[in-house]
Amino acid sequence: MPETSSQLTHIQEKLGASVIASIQAQGDDVVVLERKELRESFRRLKDELGFDLLSDITAVDYWQKKEPRFEVVYQIVCRAKRSRLRLRVPVPEDDPTVDSLTPLWRGANFLEREVWDLYGIRFTDHPDLRRILLYDEFQGHPLRKDYPVNLCQPRVPERHVDGTFVDERSHNKLLRLQKSLGAKR
Amino acid sequence: MKADNLELPTEIMELQMGPSHPATHGTIKFNLKLEGEKVRECDVEVGFLHRGFDKSCEQATWTQVIPYTDRLNYASSLINNVGYALAVEKLIGAETPPRCQYIRVIISELARLFDHLTCCGMAASELGAITVGFYMIEARELITRIIENLTGARLTVTYVRIGGVKHDLPHDFAAQVSSAFTTIRKLLDDCERMLSRNRIFLDRMSNIGVISAETALNYSLTGPILRASGVDYDVRKAFPYLVYDKMDFEVPVGSRGDNYDRFLCRMREIEQSMKIVDQALQQLPVGPVWIDDPRIVLPEKEKVYGSIEGLMHHFKIIMEGILVPAGETYFAVEGGNGELGFYIVSDGGGKPYRLRVRPPCFIAMGAFAEMITGYMVADIIPTFGMINMIGGECDR
Repeated sequence: MPETSSQLTHIQEKLGASVIASIQAQGDDVVVLERKELRESFRRLKDELGFDLLSDITAVDYWQKKEPRFEVVYQIVCRAKRSRLRLRVPVPEDDPTVDSLTPLWRGANFLEREVWDLYGIRFTDHPDLRRILLYDEFQGHPLRKDYPVNLCQPRVPERHVDGTFVDERSHNKLLRLQKSLGAKR
Repeated sequence: MKADNLELPTEIMELQMGPSHPATHGTIKFNLKLEGEKVRECDVEVGFLHRGFDKSCEQATWTQVIPYTDRLNYASSLINNVGYALAVEKLIGAETPPRCQYIRVIISELARLFDHLTCCGMAASELGAITVGFYMIEARELITRIIENLTGARLTVTYVRIGGVKHDLPHDFAAQVSSAFTTIRKLLDDCERMLSRNRIFLDRMSNIGVISAETALNYSLTGPILRASGVDYDVRKAFPYLVYDKMDFEVPVGSRGDNYDRFLCRMREIEQSMKIVDQALQQLPVGPVWIDDPRIVLPEKEKVYGSIEGLMHHFKIIMEGILVPAGETYFAVEGGNGELGFYIVSDGGGKPYRLRVRPPCFIAMGAFAEMITGYMVADIIPTFGMINMIGGECDR
């Protein structure tokens, strides 16, 4: 095991029991964190250790490779010390939920919505957890490794929006389309 | 100007702006709740250009991903190439020769020029200053010609390779760059004269879309938008890569965090980028542009056609891909719009197990509602223009 940097030792002291492991690889500091009380850990990192910029949130699916199956990956930056830190949070398949960081960093909003959209990992206390890159009717989460790459999704009828101006001709076309698709609305 | 004292009683009107609005250059939809002309709520809908970048990358070899990265931010595709190659090289543990590093700095800055000129020119022309738009497109065209002469393509360049660049600079590259920069400096002077005291431009840009330094940081903004709010975070200075630590340049920082500051930051950055290119061309060392490692680099064509070992070597790299050791890493470069990061996971094979791009303008679109709430509908256009959202990168 490579020697840990002073930053990692410091973080390990601060976060205590929630650190599963701390690794240094290719010059990056990586901390594997417990998902229990995740927001509290991040609050400490932000307020007490000076990591003020949340750079990125993403996830990795280690399907049939690793247990627990998912890992949510956070990249944070401490501008004052010019250091980066990567945090990996293992998430099991049967309960894919983690704490949302949106109360700490509002920038986490879009990033977490993307992880939910593409991986199906839920973020508790997220204010508005909707799909973001895909449409609401999409079935499944395409970046999971068990989602086939060439799977076709069914066509969905045009969504009805209340209170909008409706052009008769295009509306009739929409009705025909709905009929042909056998939609039940 | 904030519309605070509305006197007429109004009711909330819902308006859907987009997905293909003539004044928003990009496919994006704003679900607005308006009170008169004032924006009460704004829900940004992105994803119209989602094409499964991450999933496609998992099907391709490490080298085949490079053309996909061109199509992220197609206004600065060279930076995407460089960022991706650097991330993979970091995981391999390889370092490219000095000449290659200098070339990568030069092309990154050319791409940044291209990106900023597009953004500023389009934003100006959307506010009626169409002459400025054309002047900047003329300046951009000069950059495009240099890029075309270097790589053979105008937008989707695929010039950088893992472990090097496709080929060395053409012999007249420095002369081309210096003649183009003379014209660009003159054009930018003209633009500056047309805009800096232009009443319409100033009224529509200054104090619009204001975001404070704390809020900008809270929203994870990076690049010119963050710097316009007064935070001097630039990846080239904070985490220097390639040979940026040998370059003498400044990071322009704004103070008010409005659209005008974003515009000025970009204009100043154009000057700084030209300065960096000039310096890099002066310091450019001689030497190879490829790393000396047969596991990464394709063999020379003579060997491929002349010997069975060369042919097999070529075949292995093309068909299996470069074998990147198992592990994960994150590498960020300063893109046109901010921190462009690549998070890659390898399982030791010839294909990426996971490839994630940190898209700067996707994150900026997350802060758009905050920027525009309380301003007028018409302010959406300059604010959106100054974010410089590029659909290919935002939606992937």
